[in-house]
Amino acid sequence: MKPPAFKYYAPSSVEEALALLAEHGYDAKILAGGQSLIPTMNFRLAQPGVLVDLNRVSELAFIRPADDGGLLIGAMTRHVQVETSDLVAQRLPLLHETMPFIAHPQIRNRGTYGGSISHADPAAELPAITVTHRGKIHLRSTRGSRWVDADDFFVGLFTTALEPDEMVVEIALPPLPPRTGWAFDEFSRRHGDFALVGVAAAVTLDPAGAVEDARLVFMGVGDRPMKGDTAVALLRGQVPSADLIEEAATRAAQEDIDPFGDVHASAAFRRHLAAVLAKRVLTRAVERANR
Amino acid sequence: MAGRYFGQPIRRNEDPVLLTGQALFTDDVQLPGMVHVAFLRSDYAHARIRSIDVSRALDRPGVIGVYTAEDLGDYWQPGPLLVPPPPVEGIIFHQRTQVPLAKGKVRHVGEPVVMVVAESRYIAEDALDDIFVDYEPLEAVVDVEKALEPDAPLVHEDLGTNLAARVVQRKGDYEAARAKADVIIQRRFYYDHGLAAAMENRGIVAHWDKKMQYLTVWDTTQAPVVIRNGLAKMLGLSESQVRVIAPFIGGAFGPKIMMFYPEEVLIPWLSMKLNRPVKWIEDRRENFVATTQERYQVHYAEIALTKEGRILGVKDRFYHDTGAYDPYGLTVPINSQCTLLGPYDIPNYHSEMNVVFTNKTIVTPYRGAGRQHGVFVMERLLDLAAKELGIDRTEIRRRNFIPPDKFPYNNEIIYQDFAPLVYDSGNYEPALDLAMKLIDYEKFIKEEQPRLRAEGKHVGLGIVAYVEGTGIGPYEGARVQVESTGKVNVATGVGTQGQSHFTSFAQIVAEQLDVDVRNIRIVTGDTAEFHWGTGTFASRGAVVAGNAIHAAAKKVREKVLQKASEEFGVPVEELELRGGYVHTKDGRSISLADLAVKANPLRGAVKPGTEPGLEATMYFGPERGVTANGVHAMIVEVDPELMDVKIKKYVVVHDCGKVINPLVVEGQIHGGVAQGIGNSFYEEIVYNEDGQMLTASFMDYLIPTAMEIPPIEVGHVETPSPWNELGTKGTGEAGAIPTAAAFVQAVEDALADYGIEILEAPLSPNRLFEILKEAQAKKGT
Ligand SMILES: Cc1cc2nc3c(=O)[nH]c(=O)nc-3n(C[C@H](O)[C@H](O)[C@H](O)COP(=O)(O)OP(=O)(O)OC[C@H]3O[C@@H](n4cnc5c(N)ncnc54)[C@H](O)[C@@H]3O)c2cc1C
Repeated sequence: MKPPAFKYYAPSSVEEALALLAEHGYDAKILAGGQSLIPTMNFRLAQPGVLVDLNRVSELAFIRPADDGGLLIGAMTRHVQVETSDLVAQRLPLLHETMPFIAHPQIRNRGTYGGSISHADPAAELPAITVTHRGKIHLRSTRGSRWVDADDFFVGLFTTALEPDEMVVEIALPPLPPRTGWAFDEFSRRHGDFALVGVAAAVTLDPAGAVEDARLVFMGVGDRPMKGDTAVALLRGQVPSADLIEEAATRAAQEDIDPFGDVHASAAFRRHLAAVLAKRVLTRAVERANR
Repeated sequence: MAGRYFGQPIRRNEDPVLLTGQALFTDDVQLPGMVHVAFLRSDYAHARIRSIDVSRALDRPGVIGVYTAEDLGDYWQPGPLLVPPPPVEGIIFHQRTQVPLAKGKVRHVGEPVVMVVAESRYIAEDALDDIFVDYEPLEAVVDVEKALEPDAPLVHEDLGTNLAARVVQRKGDYEAARAKADVIIQRRFYYDHGLAAAMENRGIVAHWDKKMQYLTVWDTTQAPVVIRNGLAKMLGLSESQVRVIAPFIGGAFGPKIMMFYPEEVLIPWLSMKLNRPVKWIEDRRENFVATTQERYQVHYAEIALTKEGRILGVKDRFYHDTGAYDPYGLTVPINSQCTLLGPYDIPNYHSEMNVVFTNKTIVTPYRGAGRQHGVFVMERLLDLAAKELGIDRTEIRRRNFIPPDKFPYNNEIIYQDFAPLVYDSGNYEPALDLAMKLIDYEKFIKEEQPRLRAEGKHVGLGIVAYVEGTGIGPYEGARVQVESTGKVNVATGVGTQGQSHFTSFAQIVAEQLDVDVRNIRIVTGDTAEFHWGTGTFASRGAVVAGNAIHAAAKKVREKVLQKASEEFGVPVEELELRGGYVHTKDGRSISLADLAVKANPLRGAVKPGTEPGLEATMYFGPERGVTANGVHAMIVEVDPELMDVKIKKYVVVHDCGKVINPLVVEGQIHGGVAQGIGNSFYEEIVYNEDGQMLTASFMDYLIPTAMEIPPIEVGHVETPSPWNELGTKGTGEAGAIPTAAAFVQAVEDALADYGIEILEAPLSPNRLFEILKEAQAKKGT
């Protein structure tokens, strides 16, 4: 469990890092918190020739208010900073509620927002939350800069829209609209494990109590964050009764996800869990929206 | 004899060095010129080796040598059979032991095939990628029952069968008992025990000093003396030329005694060959496939009872997965066969054990060592019988307990030490009563559970009893010496891997010599300090080494008093040993340090028939083991939607005879329960049909963390063993043995309205999901 030899660079600015990526491209990997990359290197599953370590690029660690009432979060912001940020608690309560579900405190001290979404583990929380918030991701390379919608960023299993010479510099998360309730829940084997299934929900009610808009995003049941569009279609325009929520959750778990089976959970069990959790988060989101 | 030291909750002597990172572990050994080894291990469970090409690895800069089985010459030998088969009539036993490097064929994933030595571990691992082994894959033997079908592929072709052993043991006449029974319950049970996953993996550093002609080996072994003797013989050295040190070890739990591991045989050989210090540290990936583990058994068991719930007899036929080789003989399945009988008075027993070779990692004891499997079967049979007969589950156990006046109790079958399975002593009802009190049994059943059920909660209780055979022979020894510094030096041959020996052994000595335990230095696991011994296993340290230390300390006490009596001219009976001094009634006193100086004079001769110093060496060799017992109880809450189980309360009542240090006993129990909880709901080794382990990392092999372990309440009952002077019984494995049996009972109880029967362990949310679905499907039809 020793990685093969690699070259190591520790740039201190984004410009420097981008230059290194431009030079080494396919052969290079960015090192952020290292909580996913280092294990895969020790198992020799990833064998990058060059590591570009962002840990000294302090300009990438920030949480800033955005004009739309949401937040801008720098790629090198540690999970623990998001978890303990008052700004996050005030403006993005769904994100705040979700942070403690990520791994253990030791890992949250190191792992970063940018690392998590770039790694794009389909069972990870931050990709699902970023999609739920309809976030945008800011990518840069020496060739230029672009913003990508979260929906377009996650393209498959551990695969994103990032080009080899690009890096994530920040993430923009708009706030949830008024009269919106939200909830997150997941089921994992042990406290701190990647979840077997997780679900985030946000439900916006109109003044009459009918669903104006809803978002339902599943993790761990497909090759990327999976959107429960069938459920959303069922809910929209309706006053969400318990029966309707149950039906929406069940339908989404049948039609909107594509779970795989492994030693911890069969595909059938993951589907079952997805329905149970979707029902629970939708119920809580509606309760909160009604308050 | 609870005294000033013995029986007291004294804090651990070893903690200051451990907690401040000052303790020496094998990987801390750094020597000038040291080189590093990595092993190429088989990726196949079963394959023929057509050829091996190491030429590219040899060309890599920094590589010093590359070795295959062929390169070992006559040094290549199958390992020894550590435990011969027991003397049971009609026994079948086939010995097939592991080899240093695979030759011709690989028999499990992880079996070492090529050894690379290089200037660093990094280079050695790079070189593994340079080696090409041409394998011809063979069908793997994975399932123990299919393995015995006529057309099954063979792990060892020359045997013509995958049956490693068959042992039938009988007590009384089961068939006659069955004919008289009111109720007979028959089921198939599946019990899978996992791997020890000690915090520290295995490791070896060997240093051959050519000029001294002396080999020093640091080894994470539980049995340094045995390793020293074996290595000397294999390498053609005198035992006095080999020193094996088992330094601090980060947990062992059984698998570190499987001497001789291939690496243990090869690293010292390589050091002599290269004339350089050589280090190999097992990494976690290797540990999953190359360190021995426990696994599953399938039992076809039945119990015959009267309608009052009295057991008339038990019959069992079981299949035990021993892996690719069987160097540890039948220890694990014999423990299952014997421990199944538990604390119960069972007049008739018929048990057929079938041990099966498979293309998997070798099975040897891991904390519990097969006892879990037996306890699970027996406790589940009793649960089913209680249900069938409408008797409370605690009552059916109570009715069948061996009464206190029936000890010593002879089970009339042979145990793992080849002695008849005789329980020395026991008093089982008080343990059950105390456990019921601590878990508040009556109140839970009559008030709590109905109330919570009415609220829609699924809560259940599990309560089970067990025995633990401990403290088997052959022997251990110890040397106790009072130094002229006033400190006391104690050496024994057993190794230590976290059992608190530095404290509990010191307490035994302190009780005799009345010195502060912090002034007693215990040396374990260094063959240069003590020549004789067997090892740390079978919960025997406190019993066997403990009683040897006790005997030696008593002898030293006699010498101390004798010497003081000569000094003062006062008879021994009129002297008092207190606080490191010997006192006379008229107020004179002398310290142990001064007495030690006087016992080793620079002038004047040692009198004939006496020895210098205040020192004694004594041995303790029990004829047979002693039997501890206990009761575990827990309360769980199940979420039948998520299939999650939370343990709300856990109670252990334990009787290990005389307690040397309650903190240590509780620590042993807590650790054991944690492993038991892992074995109930989290840990599971999964092999696919090709013999590949699908759970070979901590991502997939789920060790419970502090978050999954509830607070554990421990109650003590003390029934001293009459078979040793200290009255102690072992306690190392107690926490781990009955946990899954209690867990499954509790889950079944919580889900009573689903009408399920759980006949297997471990469970998992996924498995519960399937079990509930099967039950629903049955209800539907
Ligand atoms: C035991 C354990 C449990 C865990 N449990 C969870 C969990 O429950 N939920 C969860 O979500 N995560 C979990 N994680 C993962 C953890 O959250 C990681 O920190 C995270 O997934 C990756 O972040 P990182 O900063 O460590 O990235 P790294 O490991 O440094 O990098 C991950 C990948 O992203 C790339 N990368 C990093 N930063 C950038 C960037 N700015 N631009 C482009 N590419 C980049 C790297 O090149 C690499 O390919 C767990 C990890 C461990 C070890």
